[in-house]
Amino acid sequence: MFVGPFVLGLVVFIYVPIIWSAYLSFFSAYNTVTPTTFVGFGNYLDMVRDPAFRSSLGTFLVFAAFIVPTTFVLSLGTALLVSRTRVMQAFFRSVFFLPVACSYVVAALIWKMSIFSGVRFGLANTILGWLGRDPVPFLSLTHPPWYWLVIVTARLWLQIGFYMILFLAALQRISPTLYEAAAIDGARGWQVFRWITLPQLRPTSTAVILLLLINAFQAFDEFFNILSTFGTYPPYARPPLVYLYYTALGQGQDFGHGSAGAVILTLIIAIVAVVQGRLTGIGRAVD
Amino acid sequence: MSGNVVNAPLDRRRLLTLGGGAVAAGLLAACGSNTGRTTSSSTSGSGGAKPALAQWYHQYGEAGTQQAVEGYAKAYTAATVTVTWKPGDYDQSTAASLLTGSGPDVFEYGNGPTIDMIKGQQVVDMTDAIGAAASDYNDAVLKRMTYDGKIWAIPQVIDMQLLVYRKSMLDKAGVTPPETIEDLRTAAAALTKDKVKGLFLGNDGGAGLMGGPMLWAAGLDFLKDDNTFGFDDDAAVTSLGTLRELFTSKHLLLGAPADWFDASALTQGLTAMQFTGLWTFPDIKKALGDDFGCIPWPKLGSASAGKKSVPVGAYGSCVSAKSKNVDAAKAFAKWLWVDQTDKQLDFATAYGFHIPSRKALLAKATTLQSGPAKDAAQYAVDFGHAQSPLLWTPKCQTAFGDMMSKIVKDGADPKAQIATVKAVAQAELKRVAG
Repeated sequence: MFVGPFVLGLVVFIYVPIIWSAYLSFFSAYNTVTPTTFVGFGNYLDMVRDPAFRSSLGTFLVFAAFIVPTTFVLSLGTALLVSRTRVMQAFFRSVFFLPVACSYVVAALIWKMSIFSGVRFGLANTILGWLGRDPVPFLSLTHPPWYWLVIVTARLWLQIGFYMILFLAALQRISPTLYEAAAIDGARGWQVFRWITLPQLRPTSTAVILLLLINAFQAFDEFFNILSTFGTYPPYARPPLVYLYYTALGQGQDFGHGSAGAVILTLIIAIVAVVQGRLTGIGRAVD
Repeated sequence: MSGNVVNAPLDRRRLLTLGGGAVAAGLLAACGSNTGRTTSSSTSGSGGAKPALAQWYHQYGEAGTQQAVEGYAKAYTAATVTVTWKPGDYDQSTAASLLTGSGPDVFEYGNGPTIDMIKGQQVVDMTDAIGAAASDYNDAVLKRMTYDGKIWAIPQVIDMQLLVYRKSMLDKAGVTPPETIEDLRTAAAALTKDKVKGLFLGNDGGAGLMGGPMLWAAGLDFLKDDNTFGFDDDAAVTSLGTLRELFTSKHLLLGAPADWFDASALTQGLTAMQFTGLWTFPDIKKALGDDFGCIPWPKLGSASAGKKSVPVGAYGSCVSAKSKNVDAAKAFAKWLWVDQTDKQLDFATAYGFHIPSRKALLAKATTLQSGPAKDAAQYAVDFGHAQSPLLWTPKCQTAFGDMMSKIVKDGADPKAQIATVKAVAQAELKRVAG
């Protein structure tokens, strides 16, 4: 009874659009959501054959392979440091968590316009200036690809705090008796971490990795707001969702191809998640 | 994307609402939607109720515009017109609403309706609404809104882009405003000093902005007049290659805090020449006084058919085919954007800095009677090109943007890149025109 309104909302705003989107992906659906021309797997073939779409999927497999472990290590590291500190623990927790409260759009604009702007008075270029280097137009060059530095730092800054909080909560649930027992057995430093902390964190770690993976493939906000300029988005570092936005789901209103692309992306996320679940054992009872 | 419409920040959630959201919007349309239209007061018997019309605008940045269009609507007596001012993703939300019965009756759309809207019969033919006045509208803009011999929107007000320069900097360097692309390169080199760059074409080195002008400079276009692919040509290879040479020359300003659509780079002395929009003129004038001039984008000297150019764009007033009062909606659009020239003049000049879409009004616009503004208004008539043709779909545009970025930033071979775009464009043309 109590969940009624929520279920209704879920059905209307989540499940119906998802199912409808899957339905649309089998039709030629230009400027209509009630298409009549069935094309079978035609839209899927077109998307798979589209080199720009393939390249964006490839880029984001690499991106996920980098950003997931990096964010994981950094947020776990921060959580360990914060949980050990004896002074001003609340302060450090808040400070690292604070960026989570910041909008991706706002952060992207700050990164783009103040920190990494290409002129001599941008923050990063001011520092380079002190070191006697020429200003670097971070977002204009593709060789070397400085734009990744901008995007990755923005994403890390925004995300680490959230996963840190998850790890902190998990760390505090580890029974102190385990550490005491380990200490009596003579375990020190790395040994304790490897054989007590990490195994105890496994349910949280698995969840964090899964969330990070989904986030990586669904990247949109900071990429769009850092790299797009007035109606165009460059062909590099282009997330699949951004590509779909430009070619199909934005002005194009090509819902057939757009939905096919979205379904492909969903399948990739699902497959990676299942594989990852098998490897790390999500849902398996903690031993 | 005409004029000073800066991309509204967009995030993933809003993107995802576009596809599925269009469906949800359709479902919700049944449960009472607010189109901004007042419910038609059909109770009055003999008097004959006035039709109720909903008119949609995107959110203009200039103060007073909203009050102005509401005033125009109020002044119309043959129907009750309710103006809806839509902030945010106007193009996408309007396009999605046209799929449902809850959209507007009259709405503006950048450069007129898209080819898919026309093909999908979502908008109605406006040819008879414009009537004999057609010849008075800016040719490039009207051509952009014409398909199959029919006019699909009434141009409201023109925005344009052009090359603006600091007179004093050019004088000091002994440079005259360039007539050809070759001159422009020499000038950019001569004007580059310690902390000032010679030319600013956007933070991507013109990859996003200069594709069209570089084709026109070579005497080419996106599509030929018969709507076949227009730039599989050696002149295009030379022209686009020049942009790459500029990019690597260190004479281009890259990574300015405000991009090309803002005049800050010019007014703060970061660059001597900048390709920007007419809408920046009030800011430039405020900062630099009379120390600026403007020219159209030069032609490629080595291409005999090369031409100077300025991109022009206009929001066009369209009528939704799903409107319950198509005739009344057309009558209103005609009244406002064809008959009421004083309101068109007010809309173009009293708030932002634009050009009236009708040539006869140029002489009446007090803002366009002297200096660079007067030159610019004339360029729009003489050298105007629609930013991209009607049949150049978003998919073509994305492929074109990819090509430009790869040529300019990565130094890819223009010939091979053009061939890639050609393949995409021909498939799209076949779908759209076929």
